Amino acid sequence: MVETPTPTAQTMGGRRLAATAWAGGAVAALVLLTALVSLVWTPHDPAAMDVANKLSDPTGAHPLGTDHFGRDVLSRLMVGARVSIAVSLVAVGLGAGIGVPLGLLASARHGWIDEAVMRFNDLAFAFPALLTAVLITAVLGPGAVNAILAIGIFNIPVFARVARGAALSLWTRPFIQAARLAGRGRTRISVEHILPNIAGALIVQGTIQFALAILAEAGLSYLGLGSQPPEVSWGRMLNEAQTFLFLDPRLAILPGLAIVVTVLGLNLLGDGLRDRLDPRLDTRRADGGR
Amino acid sequence: MAWFIAKRAVALALTLVAASLVVFGVLEVLPGDPALLILGVNAREDTLAALRESMGLDQPAHWRYLAWIGGLLTGQLADSLTYDVPVTELLVPRIAVSLPLALMALTLTVALALPLGVLAAARRGRAADGAIMGASQLGIAVPNFWLGILLILLFAVTLRWLPSGGFPGWEAGVGPALAALIMPAVALALPQAAILARVTRSSVLEVLGEDYMRTARAKGLSQGEALWHHGLRNALIPVVTIMGLQFSFLLAGTIIIENVFNLPGIGRLIFQAIGQRDIVVVRDLVVLLAAMVGVVNVLVDLSYAVLDPRLRRGHLRGAHG
Repeated sequence: MVETPTPTAQTMGGRRLAATAWAGGAVAALVLLTALVSLVWTPHDPAAMDVANKLSDPTGAHPLGTDHFGRDVLSRLMVGARVSIAVSLVAVGLGAGIGVPLGLLASARHGWIDEAVMRFNDLAFAFPALLTAVLITAVLGPGAVNAILAIGIFNIPVFARVARGAALSLWTRPFIQAARLAGRGRTRISVEHILPNIAGALIVQGTIQFALAILAEAGLSYLGLGSQPPEVSWGRMLNEAQTFLFLDPRLAILPGLAIVVTVLGLNLLGDGLRDRLDPRLDTRRADGGR
Repeated sequence: MAWFIAKRAVALALTLVAASLVVFGVLEVLPGDPALLILGVNAREDTLAALRESMGLDQPAHWRYLAWIGGLLTGQLADSLTYDVPVTELLVPRIAVSLPLALMALTLTVALALPLGVLAAARRGRAADGAIMGASQLGIAVPNFWLGILLILLFAVTLRWLPSGGFPGWEAGVGPALAALIMPAVALALPQAAILARVTRSSVLEVLGEDYMRTARAKGLSQGEALWHHGLRNALIPVVTIMGLQFSFLLAGTIIIENVFNLPGIGRLIFQAIGQRDIVVVRDLVVLLAAMVGVVNVLVDLSYAVLDPRLRRGHLRGAHG
């Protein structure tokens, strides 16, 4: 069968995507809300131990049961969401905050600045990201702040590349050339005209990077390099649960589910946003997947 | 072609020099005195000074850097600070764990992703496509170490088919060794396969719309025949690019997966060495990993020329940005 997209297939495809994006956004919002709620209320004190009641199955008082110290799992998952989101959000913000200006600068001024930014990018991509993160947290010591730095550093070249790529094509457009002719400086054009026009691409990339950061934070915490006790994180909960795998698998399943649901929600949202915001993909879809 | 290989080799060498400088620089600022680490905090100052001298730690940094690089080039690696044997002796048995693991994971990734990606593209918009893409969305969201824990739960705890961790060594026979590696390989491979399947699907979709495919179909070939004879080769270029990137993810992934499964491999060695401040092991391993990633990238570039004869003349670098 030759691929011949019919209008119905088109609209159906469009509607289905939008629905999954909505669902993803709703899930991500729910996780964010849970994290915010945990600032003021959790069912129990997440650090309160009750050794007599350890590894308890879900009950009315503990909807998701208790861990090996008798601490309430639901409360710990809620507080863990806070750490995961805070670390990832700040790390992605750091990456975008440095990467986007670098990318804009590289696209505005060709020549050695562009070359230097791109070579820095190549070097950053030459190292496996996780290895660099492990090295950084080893040098600076484990902890949430250093996990933010370690994750933020890989986000710099990603955002620099996306910003530069999106901005480069804009510089040849008539409205930018008009601004140039009107005597606007390159910096001012970058801020006033280029940035708003590449915001869509940056938001899409930001959503995807946010999901990747959640995974990275969980990995670092699992290795014991992320946030330290008494702070709670999903990765560390998994690490602790592995010891009790034979006794109580529930402890190893729940934090992992929390990570998967959050990342899945963000990815669905990011994909949906990309379809809406990236005009190139629209034309691709319109002419039969080219 | 020879010119291209020479250029890529020089670029690789420069990247490795840059990488070694970064690692050396980072480890220079790492707190902790190797002599103090070996002798302990109660060591006398003159003993410490003597050990520093015998280890060359009293030399200026640039001499130590050159001595290290010279050792790497001649294969004379320095002794590990914590194990007290040359790093080479630590490496060989661990490479025998990590390399088969990474290769198994890569093979699984490709074996799953290519057929599923092509199938999804060929059945675009239908149930099979939806199922494959849905599964791949899920696969991308699953952290590999959690997948590893779930596999242990299913195959080691519940079904008791496979060991929950550890490595018996290749001398215990191929069967037990592979049994110890299969779950870690699957845990590494599935999330990467999910990514690769999506890349394959969109790459094949792109090719399906090309003029030469329409010509092939007009000649009377079925879609499958046209894809097999004309399409796949062209669709493979972006796929191979991503595979090259994934190899470096797989290598780095061993750091975490070897911890989940207690495997005595390179990833676990580097993680422990960093924790123990064994800078001799850390710097050698980081350069080794960077070299492996660099070599794979060169191979990826060369494979473009094999896949697409048009790229054999001159434009190899430009072909992928």
